[in-house]
Order: sequence, then C-alpha cells, then structure tokens
Amino acid sequence: MSGMHRDRVETKDRPGLHERFRLLIQLASAALVNGYAAGFAGCKIFTGTSKMVCLPVLNCYSCPGALGACPIGSLQAVEGGAKHNISFYVLGTLMLFGVLFGRLICGFLCPFGLVQDLLGRIPARKLHVPEKIDKPLRYLKYVILAVLVILLPMLAVNQFGIAPPYFCKYICPAGTLEGGIPHLLMNESLRKTAGALWNWKLGILILVILGSVFVPRFFCRYLCPLGAFYSLFNRFSLFRMDLDKSKCVDCKSCENVCPMAVKVTEHINSPECIRCGKCKAVCPVDAISSRFETDMLTRNVAVKKVD
Amino acid sequence: MTGRDRKLTRFLRIAAFSIGMIFVLLGVLRGEHLEVFAKAVRICLECIGIG
Repeated sequence: MSGMHRDRVETKDRPGLHERFRLLIQLASAALVNGYAAGFAGCKIFTGTSKMVCLPVLNCYSCPGALGACPIGSLQAVEGGAKHNISFYVLGTLMLFGVLFGRLICGFLCPFGLVQDLLGRIPARKLHVPEKIDKPLRYLKYVILAVLVILLPMLAVNQFGIAPPYFCKYICPAGTLEGGIPHLLMNESLRKTAGALWNWKLGILILVILGSVFVPRFFCRYLCPLGAFYSLFNRFSLFRMDLDKSKCVDCKSCENVCPMAVKVTEHINSPECIRCGKCKAVCPVDAISSRFETDMLTRNVAVKKVD
Repeated sequence: MTGRDRKLTRFLRIAAFSIGMIFVLLGVLRGEHLEVFAKAVRICLECIGIG
C-alpha cells in the first residue's frame, strides 16, 4: 500500500475509530458510576460512603446502581435544606472539574450524554433547528440552572426553611429514566403512589427521548443545567481545542458533523462545544487538535496555533 | 490568542481553581458532604417523580 493511499484510508476510518473509542469511554464511565449491580437485582440503592462524593456527571443518586451523588441533586439538597443556603462543596467540586475539563465531561463521561448519543444513532432524518429558534432556546439551560437549581431552592422554602429539589422534581429526565423507571418496575407500592407528577415527568422524558432522536444532544443543547455550568469554563479550561487556521481549507466538514451545531471555524472553544472530538476526527487536513495545557502557572508560553 | 487573552485565560484558570479548592474545603468544614450523603443514601421520591 502506498503511503498516500494508506493516509487516505486512515483519514477515512478515523471518525469511526474515534467514535468507537468514545463509546467505549462513555460505557466504562456509565458502568463505573452505576456499578452497584446488587441495587438492580434487589429493590434498593447503594448506601456506602462513596455516596458523599459529588460526581461530575448527571447521574441520579436514586438510581439503584449509583455509587456517587448527582451534583445537581446535591446542590439543590444542600440549598433546600434547613442548615445552609448555598453549597460550597458542590459548587467547588464543579468549578474544579470545569476548569480542568470544561464540557469534555459532557462529551465523554456523562451517562445521560451516552443515552442521547445512542438515541441519535437511530436512523431518522436529523432536524436542522433554524438559528432563530436554536439560539434563544440554548439560553433555556442557563435559566434552568439559575432559577430551578440555584434560586428557587434558596428562596422558595416552606416554614421550616426546606425546599424541594425543583429541577429534579419537575424536569430531570435522568432521574425518571435511571431512578423512577427501575424503582417503579421493582416496587409495587411505589407504582400505586405514582400520580400526576409521574405522568408529567414521564412526558418530559418522552419529549427528551424523541428530541434526541431528531436533534443530536437535544437535552445538552437546551435543558441541561450541568452543561450550562461547565460551559462557563469552556473558554479557559485546561483541556481545549485548537484550530490551526493556516491549515484549514474551510471545507466545513467539522461543522457538518458537530452534534452541538458549533461554528467550529469561528469559535472552536465555544461554550456549546462538548469536546466530543468528531470535528478533529473528520478534519481532512488535521487542522484541529486538542490538548491539556499544563502551563497554568507559567508565563510567556509560545502559542503556535490560533484559536 | 493574543498576549492579553493569554493573561486573562491564565488569571481565570488560577482564580477558578483556587476558588474551587477553597469552596470544597469550606463545604467539607461545614459538613455539607454529610448532607449530600444523607440525601443520596435514601430514595429521593421527588427526584424519581413520585412525590
């Protein structure tokens, strides 16, 4: 095989190989954070000390397999509790993950991201959401983060100073899928108590499932408060994407494969980028790269590539 | 990335990392991890859509 032909074949195979590698990481992450198999076998949840550890991904702590705590649920639990109005523990943990990885966590580690990616593989015509609708809808996740996750649990409390987890209660489809459905299947008494709230949450889950079939990463784009939080760190996180504009041939292959519809050639470290690496894998001239910058504490670092 | 952008990026990284560390320590000192634990070891009926 000639060198040129080999290069062409490698470039052609690269997106598939990359996606298989990413799927493997996503499956490993989902298995790791939901590794309590006994929970699925009997109708119970894990009660070990690792449950005090705040995970960096959206994964309901009431899932029978969950080994750690969901950050969004934990944030509301502490803020909505009688003792504290703000959770430094959860916010600090998320800030650390955010500054290190940005939304790489959404692209590689989040189990609900994996669910959406699998739904996106269902052969169906993918919808292009017009920019007039898409752009304002993307702000919805910030509103959900600010209002349902932070402000309401702090302010809308009962006479004992306690507030429900508004996002988990009224929106979170991960809780319905990972916690609600398994528990209702295994527990008859819980099934009998399911009412209007269950129907509402099931409706949200069905909407998100259908949305994810037709619009890649529907929940991440428009609704996820955790993605909204990490997106604040995307522009300066240690893990970052780079575009070498001197190599770029402006073929837009990267933008055509991006599940988050990011304008890669304009804003490669956009807050919307989940760092899935599809753009990098598909680039025919290797203009896109990703790396961990280890120069956080050093000055005068030469930068060859252009953001 | 211009020199000014690079300085700003560096500043934001250090600031966010430092604040994150301080917040985690402060949270642990206030016993927030125990509140998280107490919530996470019980089935959250609201989270799963029951009540």
